[in-house]
Amino acid sequence: MKPPPVKYARAGDVQEAIALLTEHGSDAKVLAGGQSLIPLMNFRLARPSILIDINRVRELDYVREDNGTLAIGAMTRQRDVETSSVAAASVPLLPEVLRHVGHITNRNRGTVGGSLAHADPAAELPALVTGLGGELVVQGPNGVRTIPAEDFFMSTFTTALEPDEVLIGVRLPRLPGGTGVAVEELARRHGDFAIVAAMAAVHLAPDRSVDLVRLAVSGVDSVPVRLHAAEDALTGGRPSAEAIEAAAATVADAIHPADDVHAPASYRRDMAQLLVKRVAKAALERSETKS
Amino acid sequence: MSDKLTVSMTINGHTYTADCEPRLTLADFIRHGCGLTGTHLGCEQGVCGACTIIVDGRTVRACLVLAVQADGSTITTVEGLARGDELNPLQEAFWANHGLQCGFCTPGMLMSATEFLKANPEPTAEEVRECLSGNLCRCTGYDSIVKSVLDAAQKLRA
Ligand SMILES: Cc1cc2nc3c(=O)[nH]c(=O)nc-3n(C[C@H](O)[C@H](O)[C@H](O)COP(=O)(O)OP(=O)(O)OC[C@H]3O[C@@H](n4cnc5c(N)ncnc54)[C@H](O)[C@@H]3O)c2cc1C
Ligand code: FES
Ligand code: FES
Repeated sequence: MKPPPVKYARAGDVQEAIALLTEHGSDAKVLAGGQSLIPLMNFRLARPSILIDINRVRELDYVREDNGTLAIGAMTRQRDVETSSVAAASVPLLPEVLRHVGHITNRNRGTVGGSLAHADPAAELPALVTGLGGELVVQGPNGVRTIPAEDFFMSTFTTALEPDEVLIGVRLPRLPGGTGVAVEELARRHGDFAIVAAMAAVHLAPDRSVDLVRLAVSGVDSVPVRLHAAEDALTGGRPSAEAIEAAAATVADAIHPADDVHAPASYRRDMAQLLVKRVAKAALERSETKS
Repeated sequence: MSDKLTVSMTINGHTYTADCEPRLTLADFIRHGCGLTGTHLGCEQGVCGACTIIVDGRTVRACLVLAVQADGSTITTVEGLARGDELNPLQEAFWANHGLQCGFCTPGMLMSATEFLKANPEPTAEEVRECLSGNLCRCTGYDSIVKSVLDAAQKLRA
């Protein structure tokens, strides 16, 4: 199908995008990579009155290290982050996770900010940003504010963004050298949205005890979920099969999966537990070999 | 309500200029506005890959870009691959290896493989499959397409 009639305005910078959003109100939509918004319009599930195209806002296209954090501009294409040596060195989980987001052609166009603002509960990037304790930077008529990921994602397709605000970037804490990372995804085909995705980052202290664990899952709640209890169960001691079992045992209480055409809730719960075990084990193994 | 905007872009070396409604997709602009019907439309939701074209050096789904967004771009579609009547090595390899049956998916396959082979001149079959995972084919069962791309890679390296 084809998109419904719509007006179009191209913003040259963030200020202009905010001014256009303020002028046109909540019927206006920011157009980033269009990989979610245009399909929704083609199906007439979205009918914005005007599209505010931010594709030529160059100031939002960057990947850089900044004081122990990795800063990524909202308009940075997913493929550019996937192939960025700066991103890989700072947050090695990023390229691993991005390979699961659609196909190369979708990532050539799809943006980091678009995926985060869209807030699909099955999407990988929101889970990564939540799991690593990242922050979203948004700008509106009253200036810039920074929102922790766990407060930004509110429900399915719903974030803390106000209608007149633009997501301008995301900041991720740098992972220490030697951190092991792993992603596992259950999907019908490569590139499909995940039924369940799990990701882990683990770091070992010089005495080989676990001193940093980050665990997140997507597809099992209305928002991406950081698994705090599982992280705690793995942190402090030496890596062991028992610790991984103990961590996995906390997963069921942390998530609220729903039934849908792809899988019943009970299956998603079981798979979340299984995939968490796998990513924890793989990340531990990789951190050991690196340190 | 949705005023027309003038857009201009270079497609396969020719300049095309037209007034477009903002909602016109780049795929429809190319097919109907420019008469270049080699770019196919299957799903119009970014899944099937039939509409894949190269815009400013990268593949995109032409069904998910608006024509007004492509103003000023340089584009290659499947019509831009051959030199006159002479197929390029990738097209030649599809022809030689039965890489197509009905041909509906073929333009998208060729454009995805064109971008891919530039970055990966020596791919494995597994890598070719991952690259083409975003292009659906109902006819071939994919084996002959993978074979075609590997064959083209070898010829292009020689
Ligand atoms: C075939 C296919 C497979 C896919 N598979 C996956 C997958 O496996 N995993 C996955 O996570 N995603 C997948 N996607 C979605 C893809 O990742 C999109 O890129 C992403 O969801 C949206 O990013 P975008 O830049 O295209 O945003 P758009 O589609 O342009 O925008 C999406 C929404 O976010 C809003 N928005 C965008 N940018 C901003 C901003 N800076 N400030 C405020 N609001 C903004 C828009 O108004 C819109 O509501 C797939 C898409 C396709 C077509
Ligand atoms: S028609 Fe564009 S991807 Fe299917
Ligand atoms: S050859 Fe018919 S769809 Fe691929």
